[in-house]
Amino acid sequence: MKLDVMYFAWVRERIGVPRETVETEAATVADLVRELSAREDRYELAFSDLDALRVAVDQDLTDFDASISGAREVAFFPPMTGG
Amino acid sequence: MMRILVQEASFDVGAELNAFQAGKTDMGAIVSFSGIVRDLPEAPLRHMLIEHYPGMTERALTKIAEEACERWSLGDVLVIHRYGQMAPGDQIMMVATASPHRKDAFAAADFLMDYLKSRAPFWKKEVTADGSDWVSAKDEDEEALRRWKQG
Repeated sequence: MKLDVMYFAWVRERIGVPRETVETEAATVADLVRELSAREDRYELAFSDLDALRVAVDQDLTDFDASISGAREVAFFPPMTGG
Repeated sequence: MMRILVQEASFDVGAELNAFQAGKTDMGAIVSFSGIVRDLPEAPLRHMLIEHYPGMTERALTKIAEEACERWSLGDVLVIHRYGQMAPGDQIMMVATASPHRKDAFAAADFLMDYLKSRAPFWKKEVTADGSDWVSAKDEDEEALRRWKQG
């Protein structure tokens, strides 16, 4: 399936693009992370410490073991610092 | 009732607050908070950059405001949050709550700020003469959320 993957803050800077469309059969966020990390060093580096990352599937915060079947977009970012 | 604004442009806190209060004859209490870009004591801040996740930001803020409306007796909620480049002293954001009674207005504003800090997708970057750094989330921000989960 085609999936829009988005990156924010230092995750975006490390990966080098704000968003991209990927072709994936990953069932969960964790599977997607493994797929991307296997691609290139910049992904492996950005995803090296998952405790330092947060993830949203279709704009809702969720966990790395969440399903992405049927999802349109997945976003990775550091803990939020609003306010 | 609620109004959620995510914008790059600055805004006038006084004017927003007056507009928020106008016509609310059944509300006895209005509480507001405004967040301002703070200069750094160690290294003068050139500017602050705030990045956000368009779409999810509005969605997350609406959810937080809706939860506040469920928990307290509120007549209205206002949230304005900026993104983009800001200088020390500039407005970053404001929240306002209107309630028939003071305690609900205070508690709801406090709740909104705690959730907005770590559940709305904004990221701050501080730019100084020495370079730039993403602001790290603090452990106490997560702890602050825990107190709203009891009872």
